[in-house]
Amino acid sequence: MSATSARPSHAAQPSGGAFILKKALISALVALVLFSLMIGVRTEAGPQGGLIYWTRFGDLAALVATVFGGSIIVELLRQWWGPIDKDSLVPKPVQSAMSFAGRWLAPALLVFAFLVPVIFYDQRYILDLSILVLTYVMLGWGLNVVVGLAGLLDLGYVAFYAVGAYSYALLATNFGLSFWVCLPLAGILAAFWGVLLGFPVLRLRGDYLAIVTLAFGEIIRLVIINWQSLTGGPNGVSGIPRPTMFGIPLDNSDSGLAARLGIEFSPTHRLVFLFYLILAMALLTNWVTIRLRRLPIGRAWEALREDEVACRALGINTTTTKLTAFATGAMFGGFAGAFFATRQGFISPESFTFQESALVLAIVVLGGMGSQLGVALAALTMIGGFELFRGLDQYRMLVFGIAMVLLMIWRPRGLIGHRAPTVFLERNQAISSDLVKEGHG
Amino acid sequence: MSGDPILTVDRLMMRFGGIIAVNELSFTAERRKITALIGPNGAGKTTVFNCITGFYRPSGGAIRLAHDDGRTIQLERLNDFRIAKQAKVARTFQNIRLFPGMTALENLMVAQHNALMRASGLTVLGLLGLPSWREAERRAIDLARAWLDRVGLLDRADDAAGNLPYGDQRRLEIARAMCTEPALLCLDEPAAGLNARESGGLNELLLSIRNEQGTSILLIEHDMSVVMEISDHVVVMDYGVKIAEGTPQAVRDDPKVIAAYLGADEEEAIAVMESGT
Repeated sequence: MSATSARPSHAAQPSGGAFILKKALISALVALVLFSLMIGVRTEAGPQGGLIYWTRFGDLAALVATVFGGSIIVELLRQWWGPIDKDSLVPKPVQSAMSFAGRWLAPALLVFAFLVPVIFYDQRYILDLSILVLTYVMLGWGLNVVVGLAGLLDLGYVAFYAVGAYSYALLATNFGLSFWVCLPLAGILAAFWGVLLGFPVLRLRGDYLAIVTLAFGEIIRLVIINWQSLTGGPNGVSGIPRPTMFGIPLDNSDSGLAARLGIEFSPTHRLVFLFYLILAMALLTNWVTIRLRRLPIGRAWEALREDEVACRALGINTTTTKLTAFATGAMFGGFAGAFFATRQGFISPESFTFQESALVLAIVVLGGMGSQLGVALAALTMIGGFELFRGLDQYRMLVFGIAMVLLMIWRPRGLIGHRAPTVFLERNQAISSDLVKEGHG
Repeated sequence: MSGDPILTVDRLMMRFGGIIAVNELSFTAERRKITALIGPNGAGKTTVFNCITGFYRPSGGAIRLAHDDGRTIQLERLNDFRIAKQAKVARTFQNIRLFPGMTALENLMVAQHNALMRASGLTVLGLLGLPSWREAERRAIDLARAWLDRVGLLDRADDAAGNLPYGDQRRLEIARAMCTEPALLCLDEPAAGLNARESGGLNELLLSIRNEQGTSILLIEHDMSVVMEISDHVVVMDYGVKIAEGTPQAVRDDPKVIAAYLGADEEEAIAVMESGT
């Protein structure tokens, strides 16, 4: 949207004091009705079991007054800022500062990620948290292929995470295969299940696709719970071997890494190793995705998101294109699952609920569909931010929810909403998010 | 009618439930010629197009495509994407269907998907970044650049397709179809919404595609200035059947055609009669 078209609509909005007052009054009235029972009257069970209640009209009045005042402030702020989604109102120096930050943010984050174990060597909690964040970064990047690039809404992504985790857990505990053998196997198996899911949903779009993928995720979880003889059912699989550094175990035995290097053993060694392992896996995911985007298959995914009919008219086999998207996304999910199993040493169906799918999908949507940097930032915000609010106790979810809503109002197409072209002749200019389609299945 | 047909439509039938949209339609499109399919609104022109390009499966009849190398392909047996991939039939849409969030250049790169897929060894060689792939990609960009130049959009190559003006989007869609290197180019109302100057430019573009690339063109058009000026052969449809065919001159003077247009839409009939006189 250009500045010329933004200004008149802004000026056309009613902006007088009467308008603001009216809006604030309505808000206050709504608050009064809403809170009159919730805040105004307090009920409790009395000592004899009877209901006792007392009124708190003072609190109610204070709350309504707050809403009234807050509404006026919000309205004044809105007029001062102008319409929130008009980026043309952002002054030039701010824009250039933002693009500068955008150019340096990714390398800075990468350098920081490499240094995390050095900086926080003594803080086990932070190391654990960063491993968790990186796992979700990897899952987000994996799902980004399906949702962000190909535009196929997948609500059952956790199924592939589970397939990867159980593949490693069962192969390692039953056949004694090492992590490095199981990792590709877990990826292949997950990709296979991705194709299997892909086949029935090829003809579905949008909401229908989302529901079937949701069901698929639940089916996998239910099979794991009920196939007791293989998966141990709800008890899960325990005693999953820890990863070795190419054959050298990271424990305090004589053949362990610490003994071989002649240094004192510390459990942090394994944590640091796990950190670099997931960092390497996540970066591999990122590298492959970035390469794929510039290959015909990646462009076909994005074209599929933009217009499926046009794709077919150009001779693109939409069936194989969709299946490869599902398989690629599932494969990365499988890798992450194998990592999860070896990190935890114990897995059970409880780790693979729909909530995980929703969380990963939220990361992709919040990050800005299709943007690699956006997904990484979103994973950091979602997982890290959630931990940050731990001190707020019972208000944690509330504050987190409000933060998410505000973020989506501020950036409706995710943190990084614009799309970078895969090939250019002269100018590598980003494409505004209002042109890029979200895909409809 | 003599010569060398590239497309032969033989007793094509298309039924939707009880409605017969196309009824035993037969016509041919000559190789390296421009064939226009005209008719009043609702005559079934786009349905014929959708049958030829595989978006509909015909209820009956045959559609044969004869390639330069002598192969004959039965189009009614192929899926939509195979028609574009194997039979080399490219199409554009009545309401433009570009990839709006991709740049003009990317749109043309997507069009070369099948050739690039082969060159990238089904992604494997491309992922490794082998020189053969890089070379193929460079050639694909050159082809796209050449077509952008042909349609006068070279300076907009890195702009999002959705940001281009309407007329440019029409031309870009034709360029995109041509990047698939088709034997037969099917254009569904390419001049719709263009002003007189733009449709003049379109005429030149289509003639140059016919003369330089040797691509046969089949087009649906309402704009009579386009039809009369560039068509080598005109087929007129009404209510799903062919009512006339011949040279633009012959069709224009055909009383059946005039009656069909008069019955349907007075303005169009007048346009038919007045254009070129």
